[in-house]
Amino acid sequence: MPTMGNVLGLIFANMHDGAIHDLTKVRTMGSVPFGGRYRFIDFTLSNMVNSGISEIGVITKANYQSLIDHLGSGREWDLTRKKGGLHILPPYGQVGSGMYRGRLEALGGVINFIRHSSAEYVILSDCDVIASMNFKEIIKAHEESGADITTVYSKTYYNSSDNSSKTVLNLDENNIVREVLINPSITGLSNVSLNIFILEKKFLETIVADAIARNLYSFEVDILQHKINEFDIRGYEHNGHLSQIDSMLEFYEANMNLLRPDIRQELFSTYAPIYTKIRDESPAKYGINSSVKNSLIADGCIIEGEVENSILFRGVIVNKGATIRNSIIMQGTEVGGEANIDHVITDKNVIIGDSRMLSGSPQYPVFIGKKAVV
Amino acid sequence: MFVKKECVAMLLAGGQGSRLYALTQAMAKPAVPYGGKYRIIDFPLSNCVNSDIDTVGVLTQYQPLALNDYIGNGQPWDLDRIHGGVHILPPYQTALGASWYKGTANAIYQNMSFIERYSPEYVIILSGDHIYKMDYSKMLTFHKEKNADCTIAVLEVPMEEASRFGIMSEDDDNRIFDFTEKPAEPSSNLASMGVYIFTWDKLKKYLIENEEDESASKDFGKNIIPAMLDDGQNLFAYHFTGYWKDVGTIDSLWEANMDLLDPNIPLDLYDAKWRIYSRNPVMPPHYIGLEAQVQNSMIAEGCNIDGIVDFSVIFSGVTIEEGAVVRDSIVMPNTTIKKGAKVEYAIVGQDCIVGEDASIGVRPELMEDKSKWGVAVIGHDIKINSGSVIKPKQIIDTDI
Repeated sequence: MPTMGNVLGLIFANMHDGAIHDLTKVRTMGSVPFGGRYRFIDFTLSNMVNSGISEIGVITKANYQSLIDHLGSGREWDLTRKKGGLHILPPYGQVGSGMYRGRLEALGGVINFIRHSSAEYVILSDCDVIASMNFKEIIKAHEESGADITTVYSKTYYNSSDNSSKTVLNLDENNIVREVLINPSITGLSNVSLNIFILEKKFLETIVADAIARNLYSFEVDILQHKINEFDIRGYEHNGHLSQIDSMLEFYEANMNLLRPDIRQELFSTYAPIYTKIRDESPAKYGINSSVKNSLIADGCIIEGEVENSILFRGVIVNKGATIRNSIIMQGTEVGGEANIDHVITDKNVIIGDSRMLSGSPQYPVFIGKKAVV
Repeated sequence: MFVKKECVAMLLAGGQGSRLYALTQAMAKPAVPYGGKYRIIDFPLSNCVNSDIDTVGVLTQYQPLALNDYIGNGQPWDLDRIHGGVHILPPYQTALGASWYKGTANAIYQNMSFIERYSPEYVIILSGDHIYKMDYSKMLTFHKEKNADCTIAVLEVPMEEASRFGIMSEDDDNRIFDFTEKPAEPSSNLASMGVYIFTWDKLKKYLIENEEDESASKDFGKNIIPAMLDDGQNLFAYHFTGYWKDVGTIDSLWEANMDLLDPNIPLDLYDAKWRIYSRNPVMPPHYIGLEAQVQNSMIAEGCNIDGIVDFSVIFSGVTIEEGAVVRDSIVMPNTTIKKGAKVEYAIVGQDCIVGEDASIGVRPELMEDKSKWGVAVIGHDIKINSGSVIKPKQIIDTDI
């Protein structure tokens, strides 16, 4: 087994920002609220911490105030360390770095941080994957296979007409990647890349330096595709439950999946908990007329109305006579008396007035922006 | 080198809480869970931080492990400080021998060196047994304005309960002229809340004198306050009017939890300006199932509720299975109530398993002989077998 103190985690907080534009207008992909009390980045960070990784860099690009507020000193993830710990890496952090165009350029911008680490391996990960993942096993597989790059994928149904941005891998019987297809026009069960890569730190430093010298910036195009015959690139299949958030609909469904006990049990296992920022809210309070069914309710909520098939984030107030169905209600939202909402996603601190009616559909949930007053 | 502090808090947390029986068998009273996610000690600790008192000594003696673990380095209360912060102060051994804390005053006496290193003007004495939100900084201002040597926080209690408290009489200027600890025939209903501010130089003198008196019981209410009154020192009563509850008995602990469900009771835990901090569990939001019915209750994170819950306080990580009923009860962290079990007017400790169709407690209206009715209690880490019946007032401290 590798000693996980030997692994550096690098998380790209802004990758795929465009996929759920409504939610990333005011924040990074990493700080998109999820599952009643989390942000996307909590899953990747907690997976790393639960796998024994204690040195993690978070690469940001824009809109990162909410991310910095959320992560703070990294205490909630046990990452306030003298050795290693959490490092936020904004653009312009070193001479010659700036707004990057792709992963390679982003890595070039933080190359001094990478060089400074004493780790042997690096894990690169985005923030769009909601899963419980054990990186120890992936690193072990990487070491045993002798690959230059191990890329984690999931066998899932891919539909090109979803017009999302995904990479599909074709593997041979030894799990060696033979073909890398970016947004291919195919439909069916495919090996969809999760954009999680493991490689030796020295090797990463070499390819990043080489790419910068040649003005190349895309890890997928310039490394995975163009160097497919030069490097030993292997796939590692993630078998458990997984959501890869690439659209509002996927975001909605990934949240709703948490109402299933089997998925909750897998994601929030006692042995691999998901850590997040603490807000010291009081427990949720249910009033005399409350009726709640099949819902996830976070701390600090005060519920006097009816809630069904929904997810309520921290500090949501549901007034008397209000009905919430099939909805995702983010932190600090207040739903007025006798209001009726169905298939709605509200961003943080929304106010829905008394007796308002809002209704979306399972395919097109209505989205209400941050701090909106309806 | 220690930075000087104007006021140091000393929190008496060594009490056994013997009237909480099974709930304090393996933990000191201040560590007993309260209000869905808190421990009793969260209230005085949060009051300190919210009142800008950042140096707190916590005096422990009885079963300190749970309490020590819980307080840790004080980070949840923002009390992990370079200068000051929270310090656990257990009894210790010296070159002259070792001794337990023999009374509230003796506990402070034994830790005079801790207080002295901050050279404070004032010391506030608190206890870890009460649920209340109080701004100690206002009381300190009062103490300074009155040029007092000792200020005692008081509240008016019903006359029939007055003999349970330290009772005092005051003049129009709030000056105390009489103080009796637990009087058989109380002269007033002004009760001490167990919150004292002393001017440190004065307190120090009386602590030393009290220590030299071998007949003294080394207690604030019995010795220090009466001695100061006899000497004509300036003692004042500071009136507190908010919610305050001593949770020293099963009934009062049960009531204090139920108070949180009563909208007419002025203890607001949702006030962002006066948060009660606690060590938070790492758990997802709680889940309310398709068949569940939840009303008039508080539910913390990580719970899975598929049964009926009414007028109850449910702590984090509790499972209530389908067909189970929990009414007018308190269920502490990580306990499971199995299918068909019925919990009414009960306190169930943490990490328990209540088996299928077990029955714990009874509604008072169903009892013919009301004198036999009372809250049923299950201690911590206890397994109740399927079908077992626990009667009202029964206290269970081993598996059955």
